[in-house]
Amino acid sequence: MKYNMHLSPDEQAILNGVKGETLAKVMKTLVLYGDAFGADKFIDTTAPAHLVTSFGISVLKPVFSMMDELIDADLITKEPFTVDPRPIDYENVKCSLPEKIIFSKIMYGMQAPYEAQLTKLGLKSNKSFTCTCYMDEVGNTPKFGDILSWAESSAVVYANSVIGARCNRNSGIIELFGAILGKVPCFDLLTDEGRQSKWIVEIKTSSLPEAQILGSAIGKKVMEDVPYVKGLDKFLGNDINDNVKSYLKDFGAATASNGAVGLYHIEGLTPEAVASGTDIIRSDAKVYVVDDAEITRVKDSYPVMWKNKDAKPERCFIGCPHLSYNQLGTWVDKFGMELKLQNKKKVVVNTIFTAAPEVIDRFKAENVKAYNTLLSYGINLSAICPLMYMNNPLAGKRAVITNSNKLRTYTAARYCTDDEIVKVAVQGGF
Amino acid sequence: MSKSFKGRPVIAGQISCEAVVSRQGVNTLATFQKSALMKKKEVLSSDQNNPDIFEKNLTGKALCLPQTIGSTTGGMVLFSVCSLGIAPSAMLFSQPIDSLAAAGVILADVWTDSKIVAIDNLGDEFLQYVKDGMKVSVAQDGTVTVD
Repeated sequence: MKYNMHLSPDEQAILNGVKGETLAKVMKTLVLYGDAFGADKFIDTTAPAHLVTSFGISVLKPVFSMMDELIDADLITKEPFTVDPRPIDYENVKCSLPEKIIFSKIMYGMQAPYEAQLTKLGLKSNKSFTCTCYMDEVGNTPKFGDILSWAESSAVVYANSVIGARCNRNSGIIELFGAILGKVPCFDLLTDEGRQSKWIVEIKTSSLPEAQILGSAIGKKVMEDVPYVKGLDKFLGNDINDNVKSYLKDFGAATASNGAVGLYHIEGLTPEAVASGTDIIRSDAKVYVVDDAEITRVKDSYPVMWKNKDAKPERCFIGCPHLSYNQLGTWVDKFGMELKLQNKKKVVVNTIFTAAPEVIDRFKAENVKAYNTLLSYGINLSAICPLMYMNNPLAGKRAVITNSNKLRTYTAARYCTDDEIVKVAVQGGF
Repeated sequence: MSKSFKGRPVIAGQISCEAVVSRQGVNTLATFQKSALMKKKEVLSSDQNNPDIFEKNLTGKALCLPQTIGSTTGGMVLFSVCSLGIAPSAMLFSQPIDSLAAAGVILADVWTDSKIVAIDNLGDEFLQYVKDGMKVSVAQDGTVTVD
């Protein structure tokens, strides 16, 4: 069979089976994948991988057989990798008995054996389950210019945009194969041309827009293109500090889930926009203006997918993508203020904050007062993936509220702004 | 009267089958999950958000669509339903293939004994012309003829 990608002698030898039949199939898969997108060559990865598939979902049984084949061939990733959050946490996210049966016996019956497979293939640790692997506490933090084999759209867009690493929006398994080979096909966001902006987004709002709605608006407009955002630095400043990182994390996740954005540039803020300025914008770029009316229009367009649209909310998820250490403290303060305002001691709606295991460890160790306050408010802290938790017929029927545009997009969860969700969770309804 | 459209073979093959048409992006996980979980012998689309194909049989059919959308598990789901022998025979894309669908059809081609013939770049006119139940013939060079 003739391939279009140019292969080095070593790569050709792997494809020819010199290092075994299984590795040859791994190589063939990536060559065909590269050919499909016009890649001309492979490029070496320079940092650890992040995998999207963290769940032993029974529907993927053939994938688990493939994993066994990789393990039997003694294949392992070049460096230890991280992976998305687990789908279940019975201790902190309570389930009904029917839900537990569906989760344990039907949906995620393969969870334990799948985690054993991940460990054999190079999983970093038992705590490496988060969508925010780039947090300092987790440690899978690439550098500017690193070449990555990652999947998980929110992590890819963060690494590309905020850090300036280079990674395509990969499918599950493809990222694992890249991590095993230590190579990825070079196309799209790995190239200078692919990182140029086809859209200029002009922010003309009266105040800093909600990150999750601004990201949604831009994602829906530009889809898979690269936007160059002007006018946001006047609200965020020109320093990527912890609060700005958190804003960009949530903004980026919404661009990626409401559209298919893999990279954005923020004028005067993100590294490539600072380095190249408007040179990174294509001459034929289109313009999208976001003002207060546009933010309102986009928010009002979100449908309420609950079967009973007047239902009282049963559960509240905050932290998709997982919260940062700073965000955990900020959310405790926000709930404290609202409880005081409503003269209450505890939240009415079962509220769950989600964050990476290592971020939770740090929060418990270094901010004991806030952690105890959180517990006293009746709020739970979990490292679960709310999206995977919601991805079953029973959980999907619950009246769940969230401030995550990603969770809103992929499930029946109802979107609330940050201010709205605190109010609703404390008072128990809209 | 038949009409032909020229696309690019991502996974080449020669096949004739019945068309099932989605004019919106197909959410792979939502579409295939229920039938695969229930170990059905045929896939009836379970995506309520896609009325074009909801509850229609996709096994052995030519699924005509713009692109796939949704979770990055999409590629693995396509690979899995192909392994289970309940996949569409062909996926015919009016637009360039997306990375999730590409991963799925390529994984199926390399790692299973069966495959999903995949042709992309067939153009908007293809998706406007083809209707449910029409006979679709795919040639090795990516030419799709609709009767």
